[in-house]
Amino acid sequence: MKPKLLLRYSKELILTLAVVFLFTTIILLVTGAPVLAVYYHIFKGSLGSWAKFGHVIKTWIPLTLCACGLLYTFRIGLWNIGVEGQVMMGAIFATAVLRFGVESHFSELYLFLSILAGIAGGAIWALIAGYLKTAGGVNEIFAGLGLNFVAQAIILWLIFGPWKRPGIASMSGTELFPKALWLPSTFLLRISPIGIFSAFAAIILTALMLRYTRIGLCLKAVGNNPKAAYLFGVKPQPYMLLAMIFAGGFSGVAGCLQVTDVYHRLLPAISSNYGYLALLVVMLGNFNVWISPAVAFFFACLNIGSVQLPMMLQLDSSLSGVIQGASVLAALGMQAWRMRIRSNEVGAFYE
Amino acid sequence: MRVEVHDIHKHYGPVRANDGITLTIEPGRIHGILGENGAGKTTLMKILAGYTRKTSGYLCMDQVPVDYRTPTEASQLGIGMLYQDPLDFPFLSVLENFMIGQAVGLANQKKYYRKKFDSLAADFDFALRPNVQVNRLTIGERQQLEILRLLSLGIQVLILDEPTTGITNVQKDYLFSALKKMTSEGKSIILVSHKLKDVEAVCNQLTVLRRGKVTGEMKAPFDTDILLEMMFGQTPIPFNRCLQESGRTILELDNVSAPGGRSGLSDCNIRIRQGEVVGLAGLEGSGQDVFLRIAAGLLRPAGGSVMLKDKRMNAKDYHCFKHSGVFFQPSSRLEEGLISGCSVTEHFALQSDHKKFVTKWSDATSDAKKKMTEFRIIGRPDSLAESLSGGNQQRLLLSFLPRNPLLLLLENPTRGLDMESSSWVWQHLHKYCSDNTTIVFSSSDLDEIIMAADRVLVFFNGKMIKDTRTCETSSYELGLAIAGKR
Repeated sequence: MKPKLLLRYSKELILTLAVVFLFTTIILLVTGAPVLAVYYHIFKGSLGSWAKFGHVIKTWIPLTLCACGLLYTFRIGLWNIGVEGQVMMGAIFATAVLRFGVESHFSELYLFLSILAGIAGGAIWALIAGYLKTAGGVNEIFAGLGLNFVAQAIILWLIFGPWKRPGIASMSGTELFPKALWLPSTFLLRISPIGIFSAFAAIILTALMLRYTRIGLCLKAVGNNPKAAYLFGVKPQPYMLLAMIFAGGFSGVAGCLQVTDVYHRLLPAISSNYGYLALLVVMLGNFNVWISPAVAFFFACLNIGSVQLPMMLQLDSSLSGVIQGASVLAALGMQAWRMRIRSNEVGAFYE
Repeated sequence: MRVEVHDIHKHYGPVRANDGITLTIEPGRIHGILGENGAGKTTLMKILAGYTRKTSGYLCMDQVPVDYRTPTEASQLGIGMLYQDPLDFPFLSVLENFMIGQAVGLANQKKYYRKKFDSLAADFDFALRPNVQVNRLTIGERQQLEILRLLSLGIQVLILDEPTTGITNVQKDYLFSALKKMTSEGKSIILVSHKLKDVEAVCNQLTVLRRGKVTGEMKAPFDTDILLEMMFGQTPIPFNRCLQESGRTILELDNVSAPGGRSGLSDCNIRIRQGEVVGLAGLEGSGQDVFLRIAAGLLRPAGGSVMLKDKRMNAKDYHCFKHSGVFFQPSSRLEEGLISGCSVTEHFALQSDHKKFVTKWSDATSDAKKKMTEFRIIGRPDSLAESLSGGNQQRLLLSFLPRNPLLLLLENPTRGLDMESSSWVWQHLHKYCSDNTTIVFSSSDLDEIIMAADRVLVFFNGKMIKDTRTCETSSYELGLAIAGKR
């Protein structure tokens, strides 16, 4: 990146953050909450101890995985809102595999298979939306949103039906898996090395794919001008499906890790809205593969940090959502502002 | 009302759409404005209707200088325009559309306007039912509705932009008799068209525009020869290509029909031989665009057969045609030809080996550099396509052409290039022909077709109406055919 561009980006970033803090502070002042205390608790609650940091990382992993997947679909111009359902499907498929492994001695094998199953689950769910788009012209936003509800319904049906706990069925989910089926984690931070590895692998793989392969180039070409791409010999539909497979696959891994690394069972809220949040992450990250993980880390801190707001300050923990939403709006506003400046520079509007 | 237009200029950047136009429209007359595509007719009319602001010059109404900025102000002065595609609300009824812009306030005034509508429609013999939804009307009927609405607004000067495109002959008769009736009431009509026949049939006076300037005026009765000369100019250019019929037929269209474009394509029989350069003439959207896209496999014919080197290609797509050596380049550069947001290098990378998984950026960059020098493209390999100027975009498109194609289908290949660059382009393209490549191109410039092509096909209203060798014709004769007068 050229220094001039870097300077402009950092200027915009500082301005964005200033707008976000201004906006959040106004809201806090209106509600009468102690402003400084809130920021202090969010910081302390997320980065104040190693245990808290471990939680942040556990949130960062699925967010980053989903964000990486979304980079493929955004690159080709698809709005993969269905990412939320793809996380859920990944979790369901992984749970299904793990259920076979409960009494097995080869728990590592089942853990490995569960990741593959997660990829398959997410990818299948994404392919449905992709197929509806390419074959039937159904907008991927509507298809994805619909499939999110279907996936949620399937989870509820499984928890209260075939996979219910012996004797009782409750919103707290299926029965806990035995420890052998938990992803191994480090003693100190309780972070799973496999989780960390998959997040970093996703970042590097995505960066390489988008920058150095023909697939990445074709995704960009189709996303920017499908008609011209077709004339260049690139058929848009297969690449749309491919992008959906990547997005679904990465989200599926996220869903699988939610089961094997975080909750160790299937819950109604297994996706924790990380899919939707990842959409915001990527937008705020300017669709960039290196910036998005950093934004994901910021969002993870906010999520974890605001958990203790209700306890300490009797504030609702949805404040983190307010800050996240404000960030994205501020970033979009910044983009609009940049466009406006540029068009003023060009001057003439052709009629 | 008497409308005087004095020295109107309209510049879009370096382009002079109107370059000092002066004319007078007398009351009670039908005044025709004639000219080929891009002559500046529509720009002038949009200025008159308040839709576009002029760069300089002034307008007088009944000897009083006037200045207005919006269509609303224009209509308050009594000027109304009927656009090529009527501006109406498709999901409202005829009566509701009629009321829009005149009914004010909260009270329901349907009855009053219904009466007004009925009496106006009866005056002009327009058979419009007031309660029908507008999206169920034909273009001709929507035009009638728009005329009634403008009249009821108290329009004294009515501008019609290509009103005879897309309507039936019967509707045309109704339209023309309505126009005559309006002039008998003292209203002035300005009729913009490139259809000589229509203009001659109904106008009292004509002004011809060419490249933003007035090239002549004439009162009825009209002399077609002189009008054509005014429209297309008379710069005799020596033809330098006229290949004798040789080579085998490589593309054969039999009775091909297809929808699409402004007029579609009907019953088209065309044979194209190897090594020849064929120019397609005709007003924009007369069928030549549809023909090119069928020949490229981008449009599927509704009927008839398309043969490429004795192979039936009816249900094949463009990639299949491309595989057989057919290459198509569109005239809308940024919409269809180039990918905005992608750099020049990325465009070359996209065309390199399709089977390689990894993109070789160093190869693509050196490719880009080489071609940019060869094709005199000003910019850098990492320049984005949309940041290049129009002429450079056009040359970039041409630099994508492969080495040994069988058939090149080019839509306006020299659009936006100056004389010098376009003659360079043709030198380059003619080199292909010596290697037995066939070139089929469309152009709105007759001189270019006569200069560059061996053979010319003229399209009019979706039909191929003339097929001749360029050495056996002239721009005058072609101009006649383009205007539908064989």
